[in-house]
Amino acid sequence: MAVLPPNTSEADFNNALQAFAAAVGDEWVFSSDEDLKPFRDHYSPVPLEEDELLASAAVAPANVEEVQAVVKVANQYLIPLYPISTGKNFAYGGPAPNVRGSVVLDLKRMDRIIEVNEERNFALVEPGVSYMDLYTYIQERGLKVWLDCPDPGWGSPVGNTLDRGIGYTLGFYRDHNAAQYGLEAVLANGDVIRTGMGALPGSDTWQEYKYGFGPDPAGMFSQGNYGIVTKMGIRLMPQPAHYRNGLVTVPLREDLGPLVNSINYLNDLNMIGDPWYGSPLRALLDNADFRAAATRRGGGIAEELNRFAREANLHSWQVELQFYGSERTTEANWEYAQEVISDRIPGARFTAGESLAIPLTPEQLHETTGPYSSNMRRNITQGVPGLGIWKNLGRTQSLPDTWAQGHLGLFAVLPRSAESIFEAQQVFADTMADLNLDGGINALSLGVNWYQYAFLFSAGFSTGGGNADNSPAGKKKIADGLKALLVVAGEHGWGEYRAAPYFQDAVSEQYSFNDYSLRRFNETIKDAVDPNGILAPGRGGIWPGKSRG
Amino acid sequence: MGLTLLATTYTAYAQDSAAVARGKAKFDHSCAPCHGKGAGDDGRESLPGTYSLKIKYGETLPAALEDRTDLTSEVISVFVRMGAWSMPPFRKTELSDAEIDDIAAYFAVSSRAGN
Ligand SMILES: Cc1cc2nc3c(=O)[nH]c(=O)nc-3n(C[C@H](O)[C@H](O)[C@H](O)COP(=O)(O)OP(=O)(O)OC[C@H]3O[C@@H](n4cnc5c(N)ncnc54)[C@H](O)[C@@H]3O)c2cc1C
Ligand code: HEC
Repeated sequence: MAVLPPNTSEADFNNALQAFAAAVGDEWVFSSDEDLKPFRDHYSPVPLEEDELLASAAVAPANVEEVQAVVKVANQYLIPLYPISTGKNFAYGGPAPNVRGSVVLDLKRMDRIIEVNEERNFALVEPGVSYMDLYTYIQERGLKVWLDCPDPGWGSPVGNTLDRGIGYTLGFYRDHNAAQYGLEAVLANGDVIRTGMGALPGSDTWQEYKYGFGPDPAGMFSQGNYGIVTKMGIRLMPQPAHYRNGLVTVPLREDLGPLVNSINYLNDLNMIGDPWYGSPLRALLDNADFRAAATRRGGGIAEELNRFAREANLHSWQVELQFYGSERTTEANWEYAQEVISDRIPGARFTAGESLAIPLTPEQLHETTGPYSSNMRRNITQGVPGLGIWKNLGRTQSLPDTWAQGHLGLFAVLPRSAESIFEAQQVFADTMADLNLDGGINALSLGVNWYQYAFLFSAGFSTGGGNADNSPAGKKKIADGLKALLVVAGEHGWGEYRAAPYFQDAVSEQYSFNDYSLRRFNETIKDAVDPNGILAPGRGGIWPGKSRG
Repeated sequence: MGLTLLATTYTAYAQDSAAVARGKAKFDHSCAPCHGKGAGDDGRESLPGTYSLKIKYGETLPAALEDRTDLTSEVISVFVRMGAWSMPPFRKTELSDAEIDDIAAYFAVSSRAGN
């Protein structure tokens, strides 16, 4: 064994391993180097091997009682446990823990789909159930409910939700933590709690009224370290009858303001699914003069960029819209969207996309030759899980011997306004230039609207490109650069929505209102419910008392 | 004596075909979303694993794992436990050693049938 838990002797560790084996069975305790290799973060941003967040062992319980037994052992030997569900959190740390030497609590074996209800539109699942498994279950039974999937379908509703993951259909469902409806967790003292109506014996509304009575702590398990979630309810979207999409383009740089405002209006009336912004001017980035204008220090100049657009006969911005409903309601919503946007932006142009009865045929799911070239991946607009997105990481024809390492970048939370986008373009591009990093930010960069009420602005090195330098020096340059970027973003009021363990303290550091009163509150709770600090210490920037000194 | 031998061969065959069926099911579940032979799900000519291996090997080896005759259980293990470039490794809780054997048994049959 290569790594020991912090402050633990080899003898104690061996005793702990035996106790874990007594709890879950010999074959479900992993401690050989070979068995632990897949528990490493395959895309680790950690520059130096001696700092890598390696597990000392992994333990895989089969049920709640075994989880309780494992927690007891961890308390006895003061060994940190790091729970994972499907453990596919790539780009955000994979299955690797926050603290080197932690024992990973691998819940993959707890994989029961307890209920899928197609009349009341919810599911109740265990942590090891993947989106693909749940999708197959629904399809095999012909149930008329939809999932909202993150791009990679091998993750789980439980794991993805607990890291505040996102998807691509209607606003409420895209926010997976919002669509979480009631959970069960094993606490550090071994107690089992159920939130909301789950606390009322005999209630049949656990997945329908998430609050119960009094405070609802369910959200505290997301990006937190207060318990091990063993069941979770999620709201499912009833299968709509019809899907339609459409493309909107607007001519001028300054049209982004009214465009964003129009989309906010439609979005918040729940008339559209995930709006996907872009810029047709990207086609000009190979032109050196245009590139110079788009990467100009101090941000893009509207007049100059508008001139390039006019000369190339291109519009400055675009947004793709998705509609779910019946054939007639989706048509009416598309017409209404055109009305709202043309009222505010005289030169706006509209291209109807496709109009398809749901469920789409397999051919329609693969079809990419619509009336316009779409940036929306069709399967995720339909809640169909897959792994096609892995195309962004692998070898490419032009770079056959290199691969990209997922998002070595971060996503900053921004207001949904054009001003904030223009400001972020300038701040991030100039800061990266100062750091001598090429993060691909320029005057065409936009936010994503995964979360209905905010933009996320990718401030770093997103997937693709195949240009990640995986040498220790290359990683260090990027990792240091991102930490510097976090500070600059924080000065502008922008924080990250999520981060790999390696960056979690730096992210948490920006949330400093009133001398870190929120973090101090979280720490107070941590100390009360987990006095030995055994559950995922450091996750979400929350450290137990003994580590805070 | 002869009968016993026959019975043993028959059992081995029956076990084999059960392994092949299990291997196919596991492959479809855990590998095909990247290594299947179909088109990529967004206009790419092939799925990500198949696409990458086509670039890696060109014409020297088939791009689809199901057409490969060289993938023994040991070889598969090395790749899936260590990870291979953009493919992250698989833990024993999601893919057991016995399941790797099953997948190898399936490849032995699928690579014959496919060609
Ligand atoms: C190319 C690419 C595209 C991606 N696209 C998306 C996307 O569209 N949307 C998106 O959201 N993500 C995306 N991701 C990130 C990530 O892959 C997914 O979010 C994935 O679903 C997370 O893995 P998981 O579901 O297996 O969760 P896990 O790895 O199981 O869990 C994530 C974390 O939550 C905590 N946790 C998990 N289970 C428990 C538990 N039972 N109790 C307590 N704490 C727990 C742990 O800290 C764990 O590390 C993408 C990644 C890549 C590389
Ligand atoms: C997320 C997508 C993905 C999944 C799922 C996946 N793979 Fe892979 N796999 C890849 C990619 C991409 C490569 C090519 C890596 C490279 O470019 O060298 C690969 C390579 C391999 C190789 C190496 C082949 C060679 O000769 O280089 C083997 C063997 C393999 N995979 C087996 C499997 C098995 C078995 C499974 C299922 C248990 C599986 N893979 C699941 C993406 C995946």
